[in-house]
Amino acid sequence: MTLTIDHVTREFVSNVGEKVTALDDINLVIGDEEFICFLGPSGCGKTTLLRIIAGLDRATSGKAVHDDHEIREPDPKMAMIFQEYSLYPWRNVLENVVFGLELRGIAKDARIRDAEQYLDLVGLEGFARSYPYELSGGMRQRVAVARALAVEPSVLLMDEPFGALDAQTRNMMQKELLRIWDKTRKSIIFVTHSVDEAVYLADRIVVFTPRPGRIKEIIPIGLPRPRDRTSSEFASIRRYVLDLIDEKENPSKI
Amino acid sequence: MKRYLKYALPIILIFAWELVAILVNNEFILPRVESVVMVLLQPFDDLFGSGSLVENAFMSIYRVVTGFLLGACVAIPLGILMGRMGWINDAVDPILQILRPIPPIAWIPLALAWFKIGFGSIVFIIFIGAFFPVLLNTIDGVKRVNKTWIEIAQIFGATDLQLLAKVIVPASLPTIWTGLRVGFGIAWMSVVAAEMLPGTTSGLGYLILYAYNFGQIQVIVAGMIVIGLIGLCIDYLLKRVETKKFHWQGMDR
Repeated sequence: MTLTIDHVTREFVSNVGEKVTALDDINLVIGDEEFICFLGPSGCGKTTLLRIIAGLDRATSGKAVHDDHEIREPDPKMAMIFQEYSLYPWRNVLENVVFGLELRGIAKDARIRDAEQYLDLVGLEGFARSYPYELSGGMRQRVAVARALAVEPSVLLMDEPFGALDAQTRNMMQKELLRIWDKTRKSIIFVTHSVDEAVYLADRIVVFTPRPGRIKEIIPIGLPRPRDRTSSEFASIRRYVLDLIDEKENPSKI
Repeated sequence: MKRYLKYALPIILIFAWELVAILVNNEFILPRVESVVMVLLQPFDDLFGSGSLVENAFMSIYRVVTGFLLGACVAIPLGILMGRMGWINDAVDPILQILRPIPPIAWIPLALAWFKIGFGSIVFIIFIGAFFPVLLNTIDGVKRVNKTWIEIAQIFGATDLQLLAKVIVPASLPTIWTGLRVGFGIAWMSVVAAEMLPGTTSGLGYLILYAYNFGQIQVIVAGMIVIGLIGLCIDYLLKRVETKKFHWQGMDR
């Protein structure tokens, strides 16, 4: 699996008719089984780039290429996890997890078997008949992860998936995600604005500048997993990334 | 104590009615409670050659269900199209805005001109009554479907038809159902009005108007009570489905 972002630029026309450049000439290559974090302040275009990769948005110029196919529409080898409210509330947990398989015409027995297997993987066995509103925020995101994994994608796109969770649940979900990633070996593109989260999770962090969104730096994180947030190496990388973001942000903010 | 409060007022009203009826002492103005109850207790008895309460009630229900189903069958697909496709909405909306404020009863003369006296014109009036609330709620429900739900389906490669059947319709069904409830209420009111048309010979609306000609005020009141009860029962049934099927609503958006 190779994902190539080739000179991608995305412009919007704002409500008052102004042209806004959300992404400016982005180049990036993402490899197999890689865990990439897109990091940047809100409005830097990181979600827009994720949506272009997902096939939900089109680049104004340039292209996103997945294994020699230019992405023009959603690619069956990719699945996406949103920040919240992505589960179908009229379907119970199992019915949510089978959703992608159902659309692809997998036979009922087979899709239920698959879904149950992924529910086990995310630690929700026994909740198959529950409805989303009966679950906590963290559990709902586990369901969303199981639903995405059930279609056996090679790339998992995650748009601030833990952004709405409390700090403790968030840490636990990060740990869980790494465990699942280790078991399933997908490529993951994970959008976040939390430096801590990015340093904890990523193989490489792609740091974006605020408007217009450009890649400021790509930082490989060499720390072995599981990473210790309290270690001095962790702290120094964290400091480095924070400084990198501050550099650009401060002058424009004041 | 509070639980009994809602029963207290109706009982007081019945006593007050009986008291006033005794004071007035004129069955042609206000019948006694017991004479109305007598009519209600013999629902299968023929009333002055116009059929029984039950027969006429079934006739009204038959008409209202026909008109209501026709209205819903046109309004729901049209509403989905208008909610999903902006250009259809833009094209049809001005016409709707003009037609919507016209009360169903105002269509009666046209209905008579088009369908003559009888089943067709009554069903048409009911159709009009049910159509607009169902349509407007469908449009609203479809437009407000969470964008993320749609995108999830697109990412999984849903076809347009799958998107419609598995996301748009189930997501907007609670709002459509509200439209059906409101639409049925209006349809029920319209049928009674439409049955008062000259030349109609059955239905609860006909029965109570005809009873007036015979000075049978107790039949009028009994008929009104039946009209109210049937409306209440059907709304109760529709509401029950709502709480059972759409329990997820409002808990998660």
